[in-house]
Amino acid sequence: METSSHLLEVNDLAVSFFTYAGEVQAVRGISWYLNKNETIALVGESGCGKSVTIQTVMGLLQSPGRVTGGSVRFEERDMLGLSAKELRQLQGNHMTMIFQDPLSYLNPTMRVGEQIAESYRLHHKVSRSEAEARVLDMMHLISFPEPERNMYAYPHQLSGGMRQRIMVAMALICNPQVLFADEPTTALDVTIQAQIIELMNSLKEKLNTAIVLITHDLGVVANMAQRIYVMYAGKIVERGSAKDIFYRPKHPYTWGLLASVPRLDADQSRDFRYIPGTPPDLLNPPKGCPFAARCRYACRACVSSIPEEMAFDSEDHRASCWLYHPGAEALLAAAERERGMQR
Amino acid sequence: MSRPVLLETKNLRKTFEIKGRGVLTAVNGVSISLHEGETLGMVGESGCGKTTLGRTIVKLYRPDAGQILYRGQDISRFSRAENLRYRKDVQMIYQDPYASLDPLSVVSTSIAEGLDIHGLYPGKARRERVLELLQMVGLNKEHANRFPHEFSGGQRQRIGIARALAVEPKLIVCDEPISALDVSIQAQVMNLLVRLQRDMGLSYLFITHDLSMVRAISDRIAVMYLGSIVELAPAATLYKEHCHPYTEALLSAIPLPDPDAEASRRRILLKGDIPSPVNLGPGCPFASRCPHARPICREQRPELREVSSEHFAACHEAG
Repeated sequence: METSSHLLEVNDLAVSFFTYAGEVQAVRGISWYLNKNETIALVGESGCGKSVTIQTVMGLLQSPGRVTGGSVRFEERDMLGLSAKELRQLQGNHMTMIFQDPLSYLNPTMRVGEQIAESYRLHHKVSRSEAEARVLDMMHLISFPEPERNMYAYPHQLSGGMRQRIMVAMALICNPQVLFADEPTTALDVTIQAQIIELMNSLKEKLNTAIVLITHDLGVVANMAQRIYVMYAGKIVERGSAKDIFYRPKHPYTWGLLASVPRLDADQSRDFRYIPGTPPDLLNPPKGCPFAARCRYACRACVSSIPEEMAFDSEDHRASCWLYHPGAEALLAAAERERGMQR
Repeated sequence: MSRPVLLETKNLRKTFEIKGRGVLTAVNGVSISLHEGETLGMVGESGCGKTTLGRTIVKLYRPDAGQILYRGQDISRFSRAENLRYRKDVQMIYQDPYASLDPLSVVSTSIAEGLDIHGLYPGKARRERVLELLQMVGLNKEHANRFPHEFSGGQRQRIGIARALAVEPKLIVCDEPISALDVSIQAQVMNLLVRLQRDMGLSYLFITHDLSMVRAISDRIAVMYLGSIVELAPAATLYKEHCHPYTEALLSAIPLPDPDAEASRRRILLKGDIPSPVNLGPGCPFASRCPHARPICREQRPELREVSSEHFAACHEAG
């Protein structure tokens, strides 16, 4: 694989938080990449390290968090070695981010038009009126209702969906190469969520922006991402194309995640499936596979040593699970029989 | 449905006066009935009035017009004793398990509060009842003397459920009981609610915005928009044969965890936001966003009428 062809590349990244209780190993050696013009998703439950990962990539990691290993390359730059000044030139310009809760990230005392213009004026030497024209273009692009009037509104005067559109406009006004979206639709109603998904997908085409999506909602992932990384307890347990993950999942954690989504298009019993137990304590991560304690197919090897990553039908579809070790054939056959029966 | 009606609302209306801006109509003439042992799912987006409806039913708000009938009797005419009885029979579980427990009280105090007020399980029985309730919701007796901050979100919601169950209610208004929880915890709490209903014959008014979760537990589902019920049907019918354009848009907006199905799916994208419930005009509440709206829709509000057996819709076009 040519490493230089990727827009963004994370290699063996490890991040810990040094707290009074000890070292919390939030991210434990993960590798992923992002190509130009694609959307990838980091998927997992709360606390799996997905938000910490993108904060680190964007240079937003704060004390007591610290990178303890690995590298992040953006184009030809080593992101972890940049000075604060160099970072600021990238942030908000080449890499931007939208968050889950727009109300707490917007400045309540500033008109939204000015907030959209802020990063554009910071990174481009333009006059106030040029910036304003650019803001209006942007608001038209995202089909914001009555932009000429609403650019003078304050955040509290707008609905949740409109505020999230303002966040999207703020993030895209500098035409960034990478957009990080951390649960961008979780706080929104479904009909508004559908609008925002549609908006982000169309802007990606129009502006050639690559998107890193973070979410726990597999429905949103199926609508946006071409490739998926499944994270658990600070590690990537499975990765592959959207089709690999949704139709040919290999890791028992991915099976559990998919089974626990209530399906609207299928008749369902009154029994809701879920993965029993809780994720491991990352102050003291388990020696073996992090999922072993909750995995119904776990054997002794799973508890004692971390499984190697195995490639499946394509080079890009990989999972870390002992079930695929040649010695575990009988166990794998039993697991697949059981899954077949569940479906 | 042969089971007797437990609670009924007739043309219920609740408005709030907003100084200088007019009148906000949160619940605009809602008539629903809830049978014994039944779960009625109440679905809608933020601001549609579903929470206000729930709160009016548990008597946290006084309605402006209309009636609430409990076992056929108007609750506004209840005597003091009848009122106390109603407040025991009808309980509520709140959305935010962090905000709805007193941070300064240990769990056993919070759970037993209702027992003390209603004079149930006095003396030694009180402690036993608390332990029994904790066990019922999947907690154990060591938890009784802990404070809310020592629990996770899912555990706190279990405490909220135990508190509602303490006084042996007939009906529980569940106001988004799972939306603040992680997906796998949601399933656990849902399974608990289903089991408790089976064991105790409870009725639920299940208020939520999550159409995929509510499907599996509801006997009937009502869809609310801007203070009105726009469609009401048995759960399976609503998902397969819905006829209100809002229900259709709502269902089509839910993303499926299936990339191929998504790629081929026809999605109805609603334009804009839900209009403001302040100073509502005449006509169908959905007319401003409805892809099929005709002139009559802007002038005359459609009544909720039966389009097929047990299936009601409020739309000029329907049926």
